[in-house]
Amino acid sequence: MVSGKTLRKWLRTAGFYALVIAVMLPTVFVFYWMITLSLKPQVEAAGYPPSFFRFSVTFKGYQEVFAKHPFLLYTWNSLVVAVGSTLMGLAVGLPAAYSIAHWRQRGLALTMLVARIIPGISYLIPWYILFRNLRMVDTYQALILTHLVVGLPIIIWVMIGFFEDIPPELKDAALIDGCSHYGAFWRVAVPLVKPGIVATSILSFIFSWNNFLFSVILAGRNTRTLPIAVFNMIGYEEINWGPLAAAATMITLPVIILTLIVQRHIVTGLTFGAVKG
Amino acid sequence: MPNPTDAVRLSAPEPALGVGVRLSRFAHRNARFLFPAPAAITVALIIIYPVLYTGWMSLQEWFASSLTLPKFIALANYQQILTGDPRFREAFFRTLYFTFLAVSVETILGVAMALLFNREFWGRGLVRTLSILPMMATPTAIALVFVMMYHPTLGVMNYLVSLTGLAPFKWTYSSRTALYALALVDVWEWTPLIMLIALAGLAALPREPYESALIDGATDLQSFWYITLPLLRPTIIVAILFRAIDSLKTFDIIFVMTQGGPSNASETINILLFTQAFSYFNMGYASSMAVALFAIVMGASLILMKVRRVGW
Repeated sequence: MVSGKTLRKWLRTAGFYALVIAVMLPTVFVFYWMITLSLKPQVEAAGYPPSFFRFSVTFKGYQEVFAKHPFLLYTWNSLVVAVGSTLMGLAVGLPAAYSIAHWRQRGLALTMLVARIIPGISYLIPWYILFRNLRMVDTYQALILTHLVVGLPIIIWVMIGFFEDIPPELKDAALIDGCSHYGAFWRVAVPLVKPGIVATSILSFIFSWNNFLFSVILAGRNTRTLPIAVFNMIGYEEINWGPLAAAATMITLPVIILTLIVQRHIVTGLTFGAVKG
Repeated sequence: MPNPTDAVRLSAPEPALGVGVRLSRFAHRNARFLFPAPAAITVALIIIYPVLYTGWMSLQEWFASSLTLPKFIALANYQQILTGDPRFREAFFRTLYFTFLAVSVETILGVAMALLFNREFWGRGLVRTLSILPMMATPTAIALVFVMMYHPTLGVMNYLVSLTGLAPFKWTYSSRTALYALALVDVWEWTPLIMLIALAGLAALPREPYESALIDGATDLQSFWYITLPLLRPTIIVAILFRAIDSLKTFDIIFVMTQGGPSNASETINILLFTQAFSYFNMGYASSMAVALFAIVMGASLILMKVRRVGW
């Protein structure tokens, strides 16, 4: 006979999974809705009641995005700025993180933490005035520099953790063998923290890619990045939801792919090393 | 006895070193300053200088749209903020209310979810992965999706509401509900962060207190209330700290979805400040608001860090 005990255990498991699904449903639904809206023809996208599962699939929304807007240019702009600020962040941030970990320099680390707390908008006013005077509004340089403010603190804080995890014997051995600090950094430390560099690069890239506040002011006709372009589309497209959802899907997709690669490090990055994910 | 040839070699004058060698020796000796130098210069240029400039600008009256030069007016901007600007006062309380609302819901939900997921089960990795997506997805895109979902007549949210038999809401389209609708987006985005932080905290809890509690015959509820919660408190407060800092500064979703409207109903300090600076070009006044916002965020962080140390 199937004992009551087994039955109860089975019911408990089923109840648990029902709860898990209920809790995760809102998270999944918003993404599901974004993607399905992007694939529905206009009549069905704005139809009421909305169709959840049965709808005709069309790529017209995606075609319209490219036909009506210079979406490739926006994508290219976003890429240039995100890659540029990440590379610059690494070039500047890696030696700093190594130095903070090696010589226990807390001052710079703390400055980066404060930079994380300061509202972004209080940088924006001086930058705007400065870049306007230098005629640098609507240039890649201005955007790359300003996006560093988001990327650099994350690169430094996450990399400190990685550099601290290197066994000190390895560095000491290199130094005793006549390696300079540069040799120890470049030939011993950096190769050991490669996974960390990949993770922080991706984090820095994502934060630049997502940035709205700095770009909305400092990007112009030539350098407009994707988030700004999508924001402008909202007024332009009204309730023509297919292209809007298609644009949202296309911005989000690269982020989701990159997120899946670095998911282990994301909580560490978001909490500045306070929580190991 | 030292070898005479060694003595000779020691006393011999050092051969003149090439510039390159001397430079690299100098660099090696001063590595601790040279390594962080590029970062320090960058930080000074793009972080410290703007912050000081904002502080200085907050003491001036200046419209970036006009040709007149900035006029030094000392603390008049701050006086205006504190006593003469009802719009700022409303934005101030709105910002606090938005943050309190969003972060408290996120904390309760996030900790509850962490307790639910704090066990081995099939699909745990998938749950973790899915939880990360809302906080990493481009906020502008998410805001856009919510704009479509919140549409009063065609949106899916009102359809879901109608299924429960309730009357439809106007979400971000009404001044009565706009702030709540925006807080809901924040909750959707950031509850997972609190959940993941709390999960990390739960994983680090010691086993012994639970074993002794079991021996003493404590119920599950008792061990949760008297062991888990107190031990988890520092972790939860760290989570609240990170959320509060960012929630006070929320910009993207509010700007994209309502731009502070309808009729200022969702105008937080950040939005008001942005309008002052980049619609009215009232740079001096906006700068003083930026300093005020920084003070608020800093104050909130300090209070939370204090709370972390003292008992309940």
